[in-house]
Amino acid sequence: MSRKLLDLWVGIFVAMGFASLLFLALKVGNLAAANFSETYPLTAKFVNIGGLKVRAPVKSAGVVVGRVADIRFDPETYEAVVTINIDGRYHFPKDTFALILTAGLLGEQYIGLDPGGDAAMLKAGEVIAKTQSAVVLEKLISQFMFNKASEGPVEK
Amino acid sequence: MLTRLGHHVNGALQRLGFAARFFVMVLLWSSQSFRRLHLTIREVYYAGFQSLLIIMVSGLFIGMVLGMQGYETLQRYGSADALGVLVALSLVRELGPVVAALLFASRAGSSITAEIGLMKATEQLTAMDMMAVNPIARVVAPRFWGGVISMPLLAALFSATGVFGGYLIGVVFIGVDEGAFWSQMQASVDFRYDVWSGIVKSFVFGIAVSLIAVFEGYDAQPTAEGVSSSIKGTVVKSALAILSLDFVLTSFMFREA
Repeated sequence: MSRKLLDLWVGIFVAMGFASLLFLALKVGNLAAANFSETYPLTAKFVNIGGLKVRAPVKSAGVVVGRVADIRFDPETYEAVVTINIDGRYHFPKDTFALILTAGLLGEQYIGLDPGGDAAMLKAGEVIAKTQSAVVLEKLISQFMFNKASEGPVEK
Repeated sequence: MLTRLGHHVNGALQRLGFAARFFVMVLLWSSQSFRRLHLTIREVYYAGFQSLLIIMVSGLFIGMVLGMQGYETLQRYGSADALGVLVALSLVRELGPVVAALLFASRAGSSITAEIGLMKATEQLTAMDMMAVNPIARVVAPRFWGGVISMPLLAALFSATGVFGGYLIGVVFIGVDEGAFWSQMQASVDFRYDVWSGIVKSFVFGIAVSLIAVFEGYDAQPTAEGVSSSIKGTVVKSALAILSLDFVLTSFMFREA
């Protein structure tokens, strides 16, 4: 086989290999989608974050607007400090509510943002004041049992 | 009995030592063989390009089987939308590098061993030495590097066609929602963590398989029987090396998973 033809086939092979790498990176992996072009950080303090993990989505009205960047424990207040990166295109009012929600019954946990009505917007690095912790199923059940018990025996 | 066992162990250790020395020699002579790059390119053609068909067809079928089996199991729990995640993760992390390497070892590795072994049996290697042409630089190193270069590309092609096969079965034939298939896949496949470690794996497998193939050929008994047992050795040892290396690499890479 002539050398030119051989080079051509090898070139085709290498090009196909790199094309599939690109496919894996862009279409299968989230190399392009995961990085918002420009983000700004916000922090929120939660009493309990449940099973929230770093890189979990931050959604508002069901649309992903950011990702959880960092989760720390504050030894002063015994609260979890969650840093989230919000897409630079979106801005939220100062009285936005941050809740920890669960996607479906067994799904992963994410942060939901309920915008308030304040005219002033949250700036980079500011703290979301109003938060609601994750719902812990055991607590919910024990509360329910406690309420039932305090009602006393049902009259007949 | 005991002396025979000792003899066997001694022989195996001696071969292992020779293999290590051989690996270093190949690396040392590589620079000289890279000066004649077309030799390596020729081997990329024989090892890589000619394995394309078997790699892509197997990838397609494995992806289609994954799509069917995955759907069958996932729809029991009402999460057929996660089919894309299942197909992509199992291909990119494990099946792509491992199965592609196994196929590569039997398709290209065995032919490399046969070629070098036969060159040795017909005393072509000795003849090269006589002509002051180093057979490692001229014959062994290009084949080694051809395999190392081809392997990650073949594994990536295998994974890509596999994902396409899963898509074909899942979305086109069964009717899983196309948007959910891709978006869930993109949401849970991480480039650094999943795709990149798959590439690193296939690179390591490429080194292991190519080294075993060239070494078995170079170390073959120069008889017809010896060459055939070397080819057998390449396939068996490559398979063992791939699977055990996969275990080691996986336990390093996905420890926090």
